[in-house]
Amino acid sequence: MSTLLGQEPTGVPDGHEAYGDEQQPRVGFFTDTSVCIGCKACEVACKEWNLIPQDGQAWTGHSYDNTGELSANTWRHVAFIEQEKPLRTNDDGTTALRWLMESDVCKHCTHAACLDVCPTGALFRTEFGTVVVQEDICNGCGYCVPACPFGVLDKRDIPSTANVGHQPDLLPIFGKKEDGRVWKCTLCYDRLKGGHEPACAQACPTKSIQFGPLDELHARADERLAKLEAEGWNGAQLYLRDPEDGIGGAGAFFLLLDEPEVYGLPPDPVVTTKHLGSMWRNMARAAAVLTVAIVGACARD
Amino acid sequence: MPGLGTSFGRGGATTFQQDLQNSDCIVIMGSNMAENHPVGFQWVMEARERGAEVIHVDPRFTRTSAMATKWVGIRAGSDIAFLGGIANYLLQNDLYFEEYVKHYTNAPVIIREEFTDTEELDGLFSGWDPEQGTYDVRQWMYEGMEVHGSGGDPEAGFKATKGEQSGHGGHGGGLRYGEPPSEDPDLKHPRCVFQILKRHFQRYTPELVAETCGCSADDFVAVCEALVRNSGRERTSAFCYAVGWTQHTVGVQLIRACTIVQQLLGNIGRPGGGILALRGHASIQGSTDIPTLYNILPGYLSMPHTEAYGDFETFMKANRSPTGWWGHYDAYWVSLMKAYFGEHATDENDWLFKKLPRIDDDNSMYWTLEQMLAGNVKGYLIAGENPAVGNANGKANRLALAKLDWLVVRDLVEIESASFWYDSPEIESGELKTDQIGTEVFFMPASAHTEKDGSFTNTQRLLQWHWQATEPPQDCRSDLWFYFHLGRRIKQKLADSKDDRDDLITALRWEYPTHTQIREPSAEAVLAEISGWEVESGRFLPAYKELKPDGSTACGCWIYCGVYADGVNQAARKKPHWEQDYVAAEWAWAWPANRRLIYNRASADPDGKPWSERKQYVWWNGEKWTGLDVPDFEETKEPGYVPPDDAEAEAAIAGDHPFIMQADGRSWLYVPQGLEDGPLPTHYEPHESPFDNPLYGQRANPARQQHKNAGWDPYNPVDGEPGSELYPHVFTTYRLTEHHTAGGMTRSVPYLAELQPAMFCEVSPELAEEAGLEHGGWATIYTARSAIEARVLVTERMKPLVVQGRKTHQIGLPYHWGTRLLTQGDSANDLVHAALDPNVHIMETKAATCGIRPGRRPRGAALTEFVAELRDQAHSRREMSPRAESEESRKTAPS
Repeated sequence: MSTLLGQEPTGVPDGHEAYGDEQQPRVGFFTDTSVCIGCKACEVACKEWNLIPQDGQAWTGHSYDNTGELSANTWRHVAFIEQEKPLRTNDDGTTALRWLMESDVCKHCTHAACLDVCPTGALFRTEFGTVVVQEDICNGCGYCVPACPFGVLDKRDIPSTANVGHQPDLLPIFGKKEDGRVWKCTLCYDRLKGGHEPACAQACPTKSIQFGPLDELHARADERLAKLEAEGWNGAQLYLRDPEDGIGGAGAFFLLLDEPEVYGLPPDPVVTTKHLGSMWRNMARAAAVLTVAIVGACARD
Repeated sequence: MPGLGTSFGRGGATTFQQDLQNSDCIVIMGSNMAENHPVGFQWVMEARERGAEVIHVDPRFTRTSAMATKWVGIRAGSDIAFLGGIANYLLQNDLYFEEYVKHYTNAPVIIREEFTDTEELDGLFSGWDPEQGTYDVRQWMYEGMEVHGSGGDPEAGFKATKGEQSGHGGHGGGLRYGEPPSEDPDLKHPRCVFQILKRHFQRYTPELVAETCGCSADDFVAVCEALVRNSGRERTSAFCYAVGWTQHTVGVQLIRACTIVQQLLGNIGRPGGGILALRGHASIQGSTDIPTLYNILPGYLSMPHTEAYGDFETFMKANRSPTGWWGHYDAYWVSLMKAYFGEHATDENDWLFKKLPRIDDDNSMYWTLEQMLAGNVKGYLIAGENPAVGNANGKANRLALAKLDWLVVRDLVEIESASFWYDSPEIESGELKTDQIGTEVFFMPASAHTEKDGSFTNTQRLLQWHWQATEPPQDCRSDLWFYFHLGRRIKQKLADSKDDRDDLITALRWEYPTHTQIREPSAEAVLAEISGWEVESGRFLPAYKELKPDGSTACGCWIYCGVYADGVNQAARKKPHWEQDYVAAEWAWAWPANRRLIYNRASADPDGKPWSERKQYVWWNGEKWTGLDVPDFEETKEPGYVPPDDAEAEAAIAGDHPFIMQADGRSWLYVPQGLEDGPLPTHYEPHESPFDNPLYGQRANPARQQHKNAGWDPYNPVDGEPGSELYPHVFTTYRLTEHHTAGGMTRSVPYLAELQPAMFCEVSPELAEEAGLEHGGWATIYTARSAIEARVLVTERMKPLVVQGRKTHQIGLPYHWGTRLLTQGDSANDLVHAALDPNVHIMETKAATCGIRPGRRPRGAALTEFVAELRDQAHSRREMSPRAESEESRKTAPS
């Protein structure tokens, strides 16, 4: 369980140190949107490796984005934003047109509310400092869904099973459940264990998705931002890089070319369980006061 | 690839994608590289990160434009005006690379007096024959020289069919003598190539470019300045193009225009320079090297014709260039025959020359389509292609399939070309009825690349081996399996035949070891045969220079000779680039001779020294050529070598002439032979265009192939003719990253189908407003051929342009959809006409005219009526007042 309750973010992922000797350096993604070409290879590689079902075939009309959002069946999502803004502030202004592309993913928060609320322990902090749902333990309670400040966690639709009269099949079948469980990016936990980088990072042709130890990625990102700023890139900024932000920084952080809202990202996310401790304390206090009041009232009667 | 072939000598990309990282400026034009070559595009990004300028010139703002440092929007089909404008800018302002141009190109060569330029003949070159619709190319020749080449010796009475000019499959023509007899090293002679070029493009001013292309003159000049700033001794610029350039009625000339710009800037054969021809499929380069084309044999050797070359000697004489590496044509030819026929091909029987099949006509795809429609074709085999969706004028293609007796379709899934007989749009419209179609369709499931061994020859001439990862499921079989066992069975059936026509089949060597239960042939054995061996000893050959014309060597494709050197599959080498230098000579194998950057002798100055330290690549070290790559030059030929008068083949190439495949060792600014439609590129309007040619009375390419009277390929009225107002907009077709060409491989994959799940059109907000189109709604787009419907994507990325003072709209149409598979939609190619480039018979998918209306198209028979009604209206308006001058009726041959 998280120990953040009521505390300020520390930048150290909760539970990571508990691995002792087995602890691995914390790894993550640095997604540099300034070199993303929107090819969606990350989306497809992710689905191929993790055997994720198709997410429906709806044409959205939102530029080239027909994926829409991260979900149980989409663990990488490339956003496309068309803007009448120049790419660089020092441009001659001939083409005030840019097309931002950003591959979004689970942030693997330093302080992850989903871990706090999971009653079964299906969600856990791995030895790599990442956050993973164990598919054989998740019971589909869905508490983590509203807990995620990014809307990443999502329950997979329960398919009707023809042979049981269109009733949802909730029983485990040889250890597999179909379905109703929560699914999200595992940062390719299985590949990490085998010493490989996550499928999306490997598939990315332009190194927009960079995988590695988080310290290294931070250093690289800082350097990159300085370069883009020196070159006058319009709106370049790091997102979720700061260990002192509301989630203690993220394992998957981004270099954006505009404000996070433009990409559909919360500008100032806070771990949703941050106030849980004080809420319970306040509630307990309120309950106590109420009890005293009631008891008092009863006693007076 | 005659555009590159005639200019430089080889029909392949001059550079490799990894080398783009060394570019100081990359111009991407006629290509949406980020979307269609995302993996190779990493090197463009690398260059950008190193400070290179990346310029994208394109009708649409695409994912490539989004990554570029500059995007210039132009009208589809106006690229020659743009490139000609760059050439003019360089020539008028003396900004060309003088030393390079003087020594390495044919700029100093003097041209025959009979040659007359388009500037004087209002858009036609001399030699035009309006009856034949062809040029007499002899008038374009170097002064004092004769025409020569595999297109056939005109003196021998050979009548070339269209597209046969391009000698050696477009690999440059032969010239009788190595050194052109008349030259002016000062480039002053009025008939020298340099002066002709200067006059030819003199009216392609920035203002004219702006008026024709619809961009601003400032934007155009900014591109010119960027190229000038980033070319010369210290810096280099590269061009990348793809089918956005090739698929035009002026496709070959468009690439020629680019070669002229790069020659003037001195960017060929140098690191960070070059022209990268980006291919649309995994092995499209391979499919012309080991061709699936009717008019060439492996290694760009010509198919013999019926009308000429009765005997082997004449054929050889007509094809063997006395100078340059085509001087060993006989060695390449005989080695190929030894690979095909083994001991049956002998000196005595002229290596079975008389038995070979002959070309008797244009047998290209659209010609065949016409024959199919006329009922002259019995059977058809479709592999790796989906003509019902992927070919221009889809309806004609589907109707043609219904005229066959039999059809074999080999593909991963049952594609539209296999199912046309029960679910094509023509079944819906009632034009075809299943029970009245006599075509017997055989669908043969094919295995995917993961289910077989083999090589891909990629965009940069690189052969990369892949291994089988899993057994093909059920009845799926590899192409190799199919053709091997087909050949084996045919040979079996004909084993006892006494018929002359079967001689070649019985003589054919057809011995490849097989393995596994399904008897899969060994792909490596095929590769070994392609690479070649010494017949006597079986020793594998290291390089094509060891090929002999006496039958002592066998080689299935001379340009691939060496890919199995030492008995090792060189294409299977996989040493990663981080374990070697960036040229990565030990990653796979590139033709020719594992050279990655060809013509690399030009990376050194005439004396053999690097042009600059920054751009050094291959140089003369006092004893031999050396450097980062395999030198594309005879290793010990000194820079100062002057060939003796009687020198032949490569010995006739001077030490300072880097283009060793050309008979004169130079790159060709001006192509004296090898092209159907002119020695220089000229701006012509697309076959269908809303505009007149601002430069000449000649509106469109006079030599383009049309099917005017065929009925199956009707055309929209053009250029303000009455009726053209019904088709006022320009449309262009293209691919999306998420899908592959006609969609058989991607519309069938759930993970890709969901990423682009519907056919859509891209329009500007202005057009949407004018035409009443609603974002997210439906539009009907129509031409004289057909009408399709598409979802409407209104985007600022599409911009209306002002051309010749008139606002014009462009409509973008991806072409991946058809009636089947997981995502279905109308096919953009149903709109496209089949007027063709005369050199390579390619259709003009990239620029034509159309109309657009809100809402879905009519269904069933009403669709055909809708299209016909508009067409009849347009055509009857045109007939009431036809164009004043008939554009191709002027004869320009001197009487």
